[in-house]
This record gives sequence, structure tokens and C-alpha cells, in this order.
Amino acid sequence: MDRIRIDRREFIKLAGLGSAVVVAGCAGMRTTTIASRTDDFYFVQLSDTHWGFDDPQINPDAAGTLPKAVAAVNSLSQPPDFVMFTGDLTHTTDDPAERRRRLAQFRDIAATLKVPTVRYMPGEHDAALDNGRAFKEFFGDTHYTFDHKGVHFIVVDNVSDPTAAIGAEQLEWLRADLAGQPKDARIVVFTHRPLFDLYPQWDWATRDGAQAITLLQTHANVTVFYGHIHQENHFMTGDIAHHSAKGLMFALPAPASQPRRLPVAWDGAAPYKGLGFREVDAEAVPMRYAIAEKPVA
Amino acid sequence: MTVHRRTIMTVHRRTILRFGALLPAAIAARAIVAFAQPKPREVAITARKFTYEPAEITLKLDEPVVFLLTSADVVMGFSVPEFGVRGTIIPGQTTRVPMTPGKTGEFTYLCDVFCGSGHETMEGRMRVVA
Repeated sequence: MDRIRIDRREFIKLAGLGSAVVVAGCAGMRTTTIASRTDDFYFVQLSDTHWGFDDPQINPDAAGTLPKAVAAVNSLSQPPDFVMFTGDLTHTTDDPAERRRRLAQFRDIAATLKVPTVRYMPGEHDAALDNGRAFKEFFGDTHYTFDHKGVHFIVVDNVSDPTAAIGAEQLEWLRADLAGQPKDARIVVFTHRPLFDLYPQWDWATRDGAQAITLLQTHANVTVFYGHIHQENHFMTGDIAHHSAKGLMFALPAPASQPRRLPVAWDGAAPYKGLGFREVDAEAVPMRYAIAEKPVA
Repeated sequence: MTVHRRTIMTVHRRTILRFGALLPAAIAARAIVAFAQPKPREVAITARKFTYEPAEITLKLDEPVVFLLTSADVVMGFSVPEFGVRGTIIPGQTTRVPMTPGKTGEFTYLCDVFCGSGHETMEGRMRVVA
């Protein structure tokens, strides 16, 4: 197991495929208790596939990018323990029937992933116009928890409410869930939008995200992975690290880098530039997450 | 207006308690000033998929305004993050959002309630001049 993991990392490093970031869960928070019940593993995060998007100037391979990403994941020498899609599976539409058609097509493509488990959560494009109704028909709850090899995962829905709020009810659910976890529990949170005010001028925020962060700060080892902004961004709020992922349909400009948040135009000289997915190695000792960014093709 | 009346009544009550039947000229002047404060300028903005009308507005530094927000189609948001101001716009209703710009420059107002394909570019420019 260790040998395979090291070999894969060496491959990433030598081949120069994307960038790599190693992030400690929280400096100084290394306990024997946690380490003894945690195994190393890795998962893959894919985000913002926007199935149904149609603008050849932005992505002339709109129908081919997601299948290419799936093929890239399937070609990994060691399959991840699971794949997590962090929202905006589909591009929004006002037509409920078309929304379901896009969700069905997305589901069928994602079903070709050769991994043990695939998990989903919505983005505002999937869920905000019907409060998550269609998403739930295909993929179940929009917020939930699961445990894997000593890590407690919490999926927080900050998109089904079109005002980008988590809401009092879900915050209470989060509080109750955290109350059942040891203070040193290893916790990973998946959201679509950033929980912190990354750049509210572009709606890159969660209305009541600060309340969620306050709840999460009661635990020592919390890391957040999210999507929405179609680019890598790494930010700390206290001891909590927040990592955004690249998208798989179009890239967006860096926050505040230009007046409007228009998608980055397709670069014919560098197809799929700015798009990609990531591997996250969850290492037990030392407790940290090694992030490797991977290209689509 | 209601607030102003309440302020004057409060001033009167306190004044009576403190000075009995005497009403110092300074207090009276203060009440008159409060009564005479100009009504905040009203700025009407209509939201519709996926624009604001007007898409550009100019305000004066420190001049209080009230945005009168309406929507021509669906629920929209109106947010000016730099000034910590926002409102939700329900079709058929007028949402009143007060604001006093405390700095000059160019700012963005944007929709922060997801309203469909085009939501991400639904914004306007606010110019605040001295």
C-alpha cells in the first residue's frame, strides 16, 4: 500500500502533471488516538462539470471534457477509494425537464467511473432554482455525512437556498453532528461555495458561512474542500484550511483580477488549460493532506 | 418621518424631566434641525433577468439614499458588498434599502440570489463622487 502510494506520487512529480500541495490538517495536532484508527488513503475531487453548458468560445469540447476527465481518473494506476463531485454537475436551465435530462446524462457518464464509490453534492446550477428537488431525485440528500478510514466527512449544502445560505436547520444539524465527534476527530468538509468571504463582489461567499466556520472551529482537525470558483485557491480561517478545486468546463479569473467574472476564453494553443481534477492523499502520520492537481488531457 | 417625530417626542420628554417647564433654546433648535433633515433621495432600480435598470448610478459622498427595488420577473438580490448593504427583491413588492456611501470610487452592485443562466453577470456600476 505504501509502496504504491509513493510510486504514484513519484510519478506525479516526475511527469510534472499539475501542481502538488501538502497541507497539514492542523499544525501540532498529532495524536496517537487519531493515528491508530486512521489508514492512509486517497480520494479524487472533481468539480463544476457544468454538463449542458454550450459556448464554443469558452469550451469547444463541452461534450467531451467530462468523459475525458472520467477516462483520466479510470487510468490512474491505483483507483482512489472514492470520487467526490463538489457541485455544479450540470449547467443551470429554467426548464425542469431539461434539468433532469442533464442530470440523467451526467449520472450516466459518472457511472462509468471505475472506483468503489462515487459521491455527489449539488451546486447552485443544479439546485438553486428548485431548492434541490431534481438533484435529490437522482442523487439523494444534499447534505449528509459519512466516515471513511478514520476520517469523518461532512457534506454541507450552501446552494439549494438560492440566497446562498446554509440555513438555521442545517446549521443545527451540523452542530449536532459535530457534538458527536471527539474534539480531535479528523474532519473533512465538502461544500460547493466557499464558507468564508472569498470575494463577495462576485458572489463568492456563503451568506451564513461564518456561523458554520464558528461551529467547525470547535474541532482541531478540520479541512474544507470546495468548488464554485473554477480555480485553485488555498486559504486559512484560523486553523481551518479551505481548498477550492479547478472546474471541468471552464476556468474563471482570479478574484478581483478584472472587473467582471467572465469565464476564461478557450486557449487553442493550450487546450483544457485551467481545467482539471485533484487527488487528495489523506495521510495518517503525520496528519496531512497531499493535494496533486491533475490535467484533463 | 415616524422616526423623526419619535425623536422630537423623546427630546421633549427628557427636556421636561431635566429642566421642568424651561425649554432651552439649544434643545429646541436641535429638535427643529432633526425635523428639517432632508428626506433621503430615492433611487429606483428594477431587476429583471439578468440586468438592472439603471445599470449605472451616481451617488454623492455621505448623501443618504434609499433604493426602491423591484423585480420584473423572479426573486432577485441586490447587494453592494463594499457598503455591507443588501436586499431581497420579491416580484410585486418594493424593497426599500437605505444606504449612505461613506467613500468615493466605483463599486459593483450585484444579484446575490441565484436566478438562472446569466446570474453571474447580473450587476451594475455605482459611482460615488465627492
